[in-house]
Amino acid sequence: MDSIAGKKSRLTWAVNIAVVLLVILWLIPTIGLFVSSFRDRDQISQSGWWVAPLPVELTFRSRVDPRDQREENGRFIIEGNVFADPANAARFPDGRGEVVRFGIRGAAPSEFPAGAEAELRTGGTLAVARDGAFRVDAPEAFERRGPTIYFEARTPPQFTMQNYWTVLTADGMDRAFINTLTVTIPATIIPILIAAFAAYALAWMRFPGRALLIAGIVGLLVVPLQLALVPLLRLHTSIGIGQSFMGIWLAHTGFGMPLAIYLLRNYMAGLPRDIIESARVDGATDFQVFTRIVLPLSFPALASFAIFQFLWTWNDLLVAKVFLPSGPDFQVMTVKIADDLLGSRGGDWGILATAAFVSIGVPLVVFFTLQRYLVRGLLAGSVK
Amino acid sequence: MTPMLQGLLTIVIGVSACVGYFYAANLFLDKVLLPARGPHAGRNINRANRIRPWIFLFPALFVLGLYLVYPVIGSFHRSLFDRSGETFIGLGNYVALFNASDFRISVFNNLLWIIVVPASATFIGLIAAQLTDRLTWGNIAKSMIFMPMAISFVGASLIWKFVYAVNPDIGLINAFRFAFGAERSVDVIQIPFWNNFFLMVILIWIKTGFAMVILSAALRGIPEETIEAAIIDGANPWQVFFRIKVPQIMGTIVVVWTTITILVLKVFDIVYTMTGGNFGTEILPSYMMSYMFRDDGRATAVAFVIMILVLPVMIWNIVQARREVR
Repeated sequence: MDSIAGKKSRLTWAVNIAVVLLVILWLIPTIGLFVSSFRDRDQISQSGWWVAPLPVELTFRSRVDPRDQREENGRFIIEGNVFADPANAARFPDGRGEVVRFGIRGAAPSEFPAGAEAELRTGGTLAVARDGAFRVDAPEAFERRGPTIYFEARTPPQFTMQNYWTVLTADGMDRAFINTLTVTIPATIIPILIAAFAAYALAWMRFPGRALLIAGIVGLLVVPLQLALVPLLRLHTSIGIGQSFMGIWLAHTGFGMPLAIYLLRNYMAGLPRDIIESARVDGATDFQVFTRIVLPLSFPALASFAIFQFLWTWNDLLVAKVFLPSGPDFQVMTVKIADDLLGSRGGDWGILATAAFVSIGVPLVVFFTLQRYLVRGLLAGSVK
Repeated sequence: MTPMLQGLLTIVIGVSACVGYFYAANLFLDKVLLPARGPHAGRNINRANRIRPWIFLFPALFVLGLYLVYPVIGSFHRSLFDRSGETFIGLGNYVALFNASDFRISVFNNLLWIIVVPASATFIGLIAAQLTDRLTWGNIAKSMIFMPMAISFVGASLIWKFVYAVNPDIGLINAFRFAFGAERSVDVIQIPFWNNFFLMVILIWIKTGFAMVILSAALRGIPEETIEAAIIDGANPWQVFFRIKVPQIMGTIVVVWTTITILVLKVFDIVYTMTGGNFGTEILPSYMMSYMFRDDGRATAVAFVIMILVLPVMIWNIVQARREVR
């Protein structure tokens, strides 16, 4: 807007840099989660996600097989390659790799650099080269077991869908996903219908007490949910609904109602008076005016409320914790993550990242495809 | 798949019941109760039109009354009874609350949240709105900053758990500390007092986009002449922004501020997921949840304290709304 006066701001480059920094700052946490969800479990805790495309140094061990020993000038020699050990075959399928450091004790797996020679406790020496070739040189024969070599090898970056498989099959997230859908869809559709009729009445019908009702609904917009939990749970129990999907649908319908009516009324009240008046003059009843004219014209407002309600019910933790029983048959994803995974899988970052991403994936898709309506709804709700 | 089927069935039943109710009630009113024919046709039409709004409003008002108005009274009533719900103890629950040190901590923390979160989110949102408005790629930047809006508080907490993790190979904060020569990791979630701010960052991260979107629309609504006049008078960009633009959108800033304030009083998810209320991070909503299912009297008392905190905003909103409708 500064260009109005014909002066281009010298701050433009600074603005660009500032916005770039802000966007990066805002995106980094989510990107971290996204990258982590595709990384191999062992690699996650060994190197940061910001170096995920680089090789990771992981520690392995290999037990030297004493059957390979041979006697040379009174000394016992075993030669081989640590990467050929079948125990590590999964990691090094082609039997090749790069040793960075090695050790002879589990407590100090990276005591010596590759190429050095270590003294064995039983006497003799162990040398491990960069390509994994080792040579044990001992004064006495190995009877039952050979020495154990610990080594730190550079492993190529691994990206896998394994976490997603684990989360979706073994950890019950598939069930939680379905439960979330089950809660969300009816809890989004039913309030819209009820609210639309009420919004029409408040916008286009004249009756005593209308202004009072509108003010009341605005007041109810901010009633804290917390108040509703105890009395309603008791009510649900006493009328036989108890903790069930039925109960949570009703609860979400009730809690979403003020915003729904408020948004829809604001929008409907802004529709051109002429259209509605002329329809009435032509003999349309209120019911017809509503279903044939107002409802189709209000599509943008209906869509924006639907998105709000969808995001809110999908992301909700509080209502689901209180109005649904706590078993796996009823757990929604937020409850599953907060109560189950964080407890039992607290240290398993790959699983946590993946579970989080499964739960935020759908809202993100909805957000990016329907952002237009979301913004419009926000503006209708806040600025007049 | 049964719950899914049950859900679909409910949609069908619920939707058709709603439509059926409105349709049938209208039909009944017009054809049976007050038909628009016979000797009293005119009077009947008038009467029907006086009743019709209430047919349209009834389901909504019923749900609102049951799920939002009744709980205010019901919760207050319940908070006057003890844990079993049988003995009337007057304000006993409230007295017990104010004597409990963890309640005082959560009130103090909640006040911190109420001050810091709305202020930071609104301020950063305002800056972001102003900066992105001038750029060609401003809309993309906006949508990136707005994105956390779609993420659940639980999801957001997990995202930030990765940032705050103790392991320097997972947590960005500790990675930075190590990069600058730190010897040991810190668990920022356990630093007394300051951990509250690390939790607030999560909510600020979520809510800044909301503030930005609304304020950016408000900024665009400012009449250009005022800015033009200021520039001609020699105002620099800072003066234009803080002296000309900000005062004109003050109303919207207040709306954004109060909306976020209300939200802060409801969010228990972040504290619940990140610390479970430990390490001195309890806030009122999470404090209430720690009593939920254990002592309903105490839980409803906490809820009512939250209600009292919200009350000024509620009254202000109602006053504003009544002014608009007139």
